Amino acid sequence: MSQTVEAAPAPAPSEPSNRVRLGLSNRILARPEVGALVAAIIIFIFFLILAPSFRSAESFFTVLYQSSVIGIVAVGVGLLMIGGEFDLSAGVIVYTAGLFASMFCWYFGINLWVGAILSLVFCLLIGFLNGYLVMRTGIPSFLITLGTFFVLQGANLGVTKLVTKTVSTLDVSKIAGFDSLGKVFSSSFKIGSVTVWTSVLWWILFVGIAAWTLQRTRVGNWIFAVGGNPDSARAVGVPVVRTKIGLFMVVSFLGWFVGMHQLFRFNTLQAGGGVGNEFLYIIAAVVGGTLLTGGFGNAIGVAIGAFIFGMTSLGIIYAGWDPNWFKAFLGVMLLLAVLVNLYVKRMATARKVG
Amino acid sequence: MTDTLASHADQSLNKGEPLIEMEDVGKSYGAIRALRGINLRVNAGEVTCVLGDNGAGKSTLIKIMSGLHPHNDGSLRVDGKEVTFSSPREALAHGIATVYQDLAVVSLMEVWRNFFLGSEMTAGRYPLAGLKVRQMREIADAELRKMGIVVKDINQPIGTLSGGQRQCVAIARAVYFGARVLILDEPTAALGVKQSGVVLKYVAAARDAGLGVVFITHNPHHAYMVGDHFVILKLGTTALDKNRKDVGLDELTTQMAGGDELAELSHELKR
Repeated sequence: MSQTVEAAPAPAPSEPSNRVRLGLSNRILARPEVGALVAAIIIFIFFLILAPSFRSAESFFTVLYQSSVIGIVAVGVGLLMIGGEFDLSAGVIVYTAGLFASMFCWYFGINLWVGAILSLVFCLLIGFLNGYLVMRTGIPSFLITLGTFFVLQGANLGVTKLVTKTVSTLDVSKIAGFDSLGKVFSSSFKIGSVTVWTSVLWWILFVGIAAWTLQRTRVGNWIFAVGGNPDSARAVGVPVVRTKIGLFMVVSFLGWFVGMHQLFRFNTLQAGGGVGNEFLYIIAAVVGGTLLTGGFGNAIGVAIGAFIFGMTSLGIIYAGWDPNWFKAFLGVMLLLAVLVNLYVKRMATARKVG
Repeated sequence: MTDTLASHADQSLNKGEPLIEMEDVGKSYGAIRALRGINLRVNAGEVTCVLGDNGAGKSTLIKIMSGLHPHNDGSLRVDGKEVTFSSPREALAHGIATVYQDLAVVSLMEVWRNFFLGSEMTAGRYPLAGLKVRQMREIADAELRKMGIVVKDINQPIGTLSGGQRQCVAIARAVYFGARVLILDEPTAALGVKQSGVVLKYVAAARDAGLGVVFITHNPHHAYMVGDHFVILKLGTTALDKNRKDVGLDELTTQMAGGDELAELSHELKR
């Protein structure tokens, strides 16, 4: 992170003969996830030294679990941000998904699988609507999804109050389908004394798919292009509208997934949950090297960003500090990450000779 | 250089055969008429030069041909069939490739990714099919070398290249993918003398390979070096439309500079 690079001299004439291959250190530094990786290692060592209870395998997997719950949606948000858009409704849609499924099945007394699938359709529809409105109107996604955020937040509370007369849903664990859904979305197994939640495995899977898609598929190429320069992308035949709407739908799909996890882990949900998490996803993505303006970043970086979140949120507790400081720490991380990103972007696009 | 073009050019092209025909084409943006009554033919194996001052409608004209904006009036025929393009993808499917003056490349992406953007080579047609990365890198590098551009690292972001080189990458890409009609929007505007020469040679090579070339410029000297047919636009209408044998460089220059208006102005300012 604190690597010093010699100041580039004035840009020389761009003859090929004047071009030099960048040094290895510069090329590694230009990768989006490197800043986050360095930060993650520093924070890890920091807590290893200061928090004795941080040192066990159990707590490591608890950290991983904590990271996965944020990390799954953060992957989608990261892709969307590389594609040049924001989604502020990503935090509440998690609870919208869970509330929808649980109350629908409770009210009509049907199998939870039906509710889960209908909830998925509903979430994809919200994602589509977000994307469609952004692309159709040209209004920045920040505003459109801020609108959806408030609509969903209000609707979550309002509808829950109407159906259950309280601000939380009723226990769904007696409804048919609960056990099989629980196995898919929220189960855990033991390796020795360590509890491994399957959400961690899902997280790794989603990160893997996202990383492959970004670096090695046509769609990934399009995502970078629509984030980096949508006009150019459209001019060479990239379907910009479809790509961006698809990204919004990926975010809402992953939101639904975590919503299902929350529902089948805790059986009941608080209607006001999820508010503020949208910023955690964005922080994970930015700390992971995603450029706020789009066109740059990668999925591994976002995963590291989420892992940093998991480490700090639990590390502070393991160290026995006042957890109220956690948000302040996150803020500092974000600022540092933004500075590193700015620097990296300059390095990556500056012409360097000599 | 000529070999590249010949090898990528569509072999079914016959010189002189019309590829794009525009008849009385017009375009309005809301209340503003950017273009009206345009008649234009782009023939295979010929360079059609479109000249005009800023705001004359040159860019609007190529945006219609390349599918960025559909036209409102008149008819646009490609290979004899009437079309209205609703996206650049459709125009590309007809073999019409465009190199834009301002929106050529995505700076943060690698050179080879830019080269293949929108026409990526994949290992299959299924959704997560892998890109043929190595092959694409090799092709991009080879194609650029043929144009005389040697990038040290084909993986460097294209933003690290100079303006001229970026333009050349965009042209090489258009030639590689669009083997019928090549539209160049002021390709020499941002270039130095030497690089302009490279681009002009490329235009000539494309013509010789049988492509229809539309060359937009406001430099009559560049136009006259390669053009077969000249169209001057003024305030959205055709001010001059002549074949090479009917027009000289002097007339082109005068018309470009304003023609009669210029004569009037010089009379007024006489000292």
